[in-house]
Amino acid sequence: MRGAFATALIELAAADPRILLLTGDLGFMVLEPFAERFPERFFNAGVAEQNMIGLATGLARSGFIPFVYSIATFASMRPYEFIRNGPILHRLPVRIVGVGAGFEYGHAGPSHHGLEDIGIMRVQPGLTLIAPADHRQTRTALQKTWDLPGPIYLSLGKDDRTIVPGLDGRFELGRADLVHDGTDVLMLATGAIASEAVAAADALARHGVACAVMVVASLNPAPTDDLLGVLERFSVALTVEAHYVVGGLGSLVSETIAEHGLRCRLVRCGARTAPDGRSGSNAALSRAHGLSRDALVRTVLAALATVTV
Amino acid sequence: MRPGPQTTLAPETRTDPAPALSARAIRRIVLEQAKRANVGHIGSALCVADILAALYGSILRMAHPADPKRDCFILSKGHAALALYAALFLKGWLSREALDTYCADASLLGVHPDHALPGVDFSTGSLGHGLPMGAGVALGARLQRSSRRIFVLVSDAECNEGSLWEAVMFAAHHRLANLVAIVDLNGQQALGRTDAILALPGLEGRWQAFGWDAHVVDGHDGAAIERTIAGLDTRSGPPHVLIARTVFGKGVSFMERRLEWHYLPMSEAQYRQALAEVCGNR
Repeated sequence: MRGAFATALIELAAADPRILLLTGDLGFMVLEPFAERFPERFFNAGVAEQNMIGLATGLARSGFIPFVYSIATFASMRPYEFIRNGPILHRLPVRIVGVGAGFEYGHAGPSHHGLEDIGIMRVQPGLTLIAPADHRQTRTALQKTWDLPGPIYLSLGKDDRTIVPGLDGRFELGRADLVHDGTDVLMLATGAIASEAVAAADALARHGVACAVMVVASLNPAPTDDLLGVLERFSVALTVEAHYVVGGLGSLVSETIAEHGLRCRLVRCGARTAPDGRSGSNAALSRAHGLSRDALVRTVLAALATVTV
Repeated sequence: MRPGPQTTLAPETRTDPAPALSARAIRRIVLEQAKRANVGHIGSALCVADILAALYGSILRMAHPADPKRDCFILSKGHAALALYAALFLKGWLSREALDTYCADASLLGVHPDHALPGVDFSTGSLGHGLPMGAGVALGARLQRSSRRIFVLVSDAECNEGSLWEAVMFAAHHRLANLVAIVDLNGQQALGRTDAILALPGLEGRWQAFGWDAHVVDGHDGAAIERTIAGLDTRSGPPHVLIARTVFGKGVSFMERRLEWHYLPMSEAQYRQALAEVCGNR
């Protein structure tokens, strides 16, 4: 998704000179094409994320559309109060791009695991929050939101190869996409882990379980109508996210179920424990936190076994 | 609902046309409004009156709040907002009616300034934000080939914040000559003297070491502030900082260098004495 972001941004920047790109000294082999094409509009702010958000706030106040780029943890948590008192409070079009959410920087260790960005960003009113599921959806999301008047947080995965089957790069703000139909159980997934959810649904078919999968990339505004439309069809649903189960999609769907009085049992799949110091590949960590295809299959089968319809 | 005007305010001061913009006029309004609203943060507002009078009286090039090319002023030490409101009122950008809502329910004039108020570009109050945002405006002005200048007033305690030094480094690296920081060096912070809490010896040299053009001025000498800023090259070269030596609570004898005036409202007797000292009609 990093490459898709950079490519789409170059196209947009070619058409609109207000677009600037700031990085907190990250983006090796990703941002160079932008920097070479628009050297006057590219700024490496150094390892100083608080100032980078402040700069972007001042630039946006002056009429620019600044994109700021860093690893998800450093883009969101490190300068959080600057985001709140800057683009949120002033309602300015700053775009914060957090890359490598979830366990995508797995080997880098827990300091680099992006397990809170959606939760902390979702509480900020007026912040558009998008977590695309694949690189094609990243491109569409950027094309459809880049000139919104308010601030945006984009939670991006790194991978530019994987495609979520059935999504076809669709994205609408405030909407969710049903990418795999089924009648027995529903999985709601956000971010790059959505491809595992679809893989799990395919595997469940071989167990005779018809599992629907909905991709939730627009987290704020929440796709409430689409969620209600699908949740009322199921007695059991799972949220799938490479994020803590608190604050992210699991919380969003729980709130939707509770506020609308739906009769749907929800199982939240995601990280539940504090980091134990172990690093590893994205796949190994996803597996350890119950987010691999096989783990999701086991969770679905167990959930169905305990639900009386 | 906000309380009605109190009897301690002489009615003629409320209906007269705005007096000339001066440090004394700012201080008088600070006292009047702080008393009427019965709030504190008086010492900080008195402290920066001369700096704001110099800025809004002659330095800032700003004919209209909505002009995108006007100079930009950021009160990063937002807790001195009452002095800013006084300056905006004296400049004619704020009505007497609006000024009199200071700290009232639903007023745009809170203890810290908000960008919803015309003429205020940025909401401030959390320290360490003003210089990064100001550097962003300065960078934007350069990209727009605008000659607008950006002035950011920071407190000395704000120099505790790492984000301030991040912006200091960025502005120096990019040689943002159109950026002027003013440090209100009053030696006072929230729980005591800066010397006792997190000392800032050689502050001028610190900014210079980071690549800034630094000047030490008497923060209560408006003419010296004007002269120093007039001598700055804001078109090319490094960014500029004025280390403005000030006295916390300046102008009111019993408030000067006294921590409690960071917080406390005035009693009736204190108000009368303060007003007499500031207005000079003892």
